[in-house]
Amino acid sequence: MKSLRIAGGLGFYGDSWRPIRASIERGDVRYVASDHLAELTLAILQKDRQRDPNLGYTRDLVPMLADLLPLALPKGIKFILNAGGLNPLAAREALLAALKKFGIKLKVGVVLGDSVLERLDELRAAGVSLAHMDTGEDIATVRDRLLFASAYLGARPLVEALAAGADIVLAGRVADAALFLAPLVYELGWRWDEWDKLAQGIVVGHLLECSGQATGGNFGGDWRSIPDLAHIGYPIAEVWENGDAVITKAPGTGGRVSFDTLREQLLYEVHDPAHYLTPDVDVDMTTLRMEEIGPDQVRVTGATGRPAPETLKIVAGYEDGYMGQAMIGYAWPDALAKAQAAAQIIQQQMKETGLQAQETLVEYLGYNSIHGPLADPTHSDDLNEVYLRIAVRCSDKREAAKLGRLIPPLGLSGPPFIGGAGGMLEPRGLLGIWPALAPRELIEEYVRVSVEEAGA
Amino acid sequence: MKTQLLRLAHARSGDKGDKANIALFAPDRATYDLLVREVTAERVRQHFAGIISGQVERFEVPNVLALNFVLHGALNGGASRSLRSDSLGKSLSSALLRMEIEVGPG
Repeated sequence: MKSLRIAGGLGFYGDSWRPIRASIERGDVRYVASDHLAELTLAILQKDRQRDPNLGYTRDLVPMLADLLPLALPKGIKFILNAGGLNPLAAREALLAALKKFGIKLKVGVVLGDSVLERLDELRAAGVSLAHMDTGEDIATVRDRLLFASAYLGARPLVEALAAGADIVLAGRVADAALFLAPLVYELGWRWDEWDKLAQGIVVGHLLECSGQATGGNFGGDWRSIPDLAHIGYPIAEVWENGDAVITKAPGTGGRVSFDTLREQLLYEVHDPAHYLTPDVDVDMTTLRMEEIGPDQVRVTGATGRPAPETLKIVAGYEDGYMGQAMIGYAWPDALAKAQAAAQIIQQQMKETGLQAQETLVEYLGYNSIHGPLADPTHSDDLNEVYLRIAVRCSDKREAAKLGRLIPPLGLSGPPFIGGAGGMLEPRGLLGIWPALAPRELIEEYVRVSVEEAGA
Repeated sequence: MKTQLLRLAHARSGDKGDKANIALFAPDRATYDLLVREVTAERVRQHFAGIISGQVERFEVPNVLALNFVLHGALNGGASRSLRSDSLGKSLSSALLRMEIEVGPG
């Protein structure tokens, strides 16, 4: 039976592409599918594009492919990436320029039409409320603060680009797992109403889209048992025509593929496992089986699918004030008590200087900054060191910056034995996320695919 | 007799908007049945008092011996607008493993 091997690429903008080299060199793969976009990423890209209209894509694209293509080209390996971000055309321009420099002749496809920021009024006029999916709030409350709005597209336009001969496909916002489903549909000849096969394809994509999280990274079980994370292998899937799959990784790499590492990734960021909604299929994960069939080999079969939803998800992001933050460390003895005293001083001074904060958060690094009220207080009076971190939420950037200025005087006029203060941390812009739904035909009528060849 | 979940199970958490999910994994069917009995949505909600502001939903995933919890209002407004150090809720999973459950016959 025909099968296809796909390598998982990056799991986010900023991830390492070094492990992909091993997948290309020793993993016998024909495709690399790479996820560069988290919810937050589009906000970063929007700010890039505001500074320079030729930006707005993830800038790891060119250095990553410059590193990987010399290995991948002789093997004819294709790439599917959502590195186009908010500006796939500019991403292609940058890539074509680089390919030309290296004298590489390849076809680069782009998928356009996922960004709907400029179409929001048109969608509203067509009767789409764009109300917040969870709270039902009217989008008018954030309309003038929106930075981006993008619809999650499915695998179809990616398949279209492959069919037009693209060796590299650049998309913006597509469902992460669709990056993997597309080559399966294209190469294995699946139809768009073969729901169970599509469901298996989405499960494979979901397992591979977070790079090392499938192969022993961030493993919540016996993490010490995972070998050689320094040389972790990213996941590789072999998928057969009937949808059956085996998840593995390149020989000679670190990490582990097991029932335990994979089932952790299976449910990662999933809500109802019986209805994992994607643009291409409604996936039921509760029918699948995972079985270890060899070292670092897990067979995945039996996911089932129901028809794709009538709506597509839009995720918009809006400016939502600023976070000011400040840190200062205290040493034994009484480290926590000193940090608490410092927190009181700062909060008193915030009040007296009239710092306008909508919310104030006090954390003690080394004690409760990660588990909050669930931290175990047993040894809290004898900690070696504790860092105080105060964060404030302000509507105004200058207001948020005021917090940092309250910290330095504590060095001479606060509790004793301080360690490095975090310095004056720049306030950070906060981003609200606005999820909404739209009828898919209103989105899809604007989706375009274009393929261009790099002139060698 | 009471035991901490850490001794029985492993977990991973992830974010989506202001919601977090925590999947809890049992090593075998007997432990899975025990988790189904003891680790209810309501107990998880109480466990996370002071951290989450909303409800907790629980989904059973017996084919991979897992319970999936969805925590609403779990991330101080969502990862990109949270003031917390753990803005993504990555460590909510280990926070759940602090829970103690009754392991005797129910």
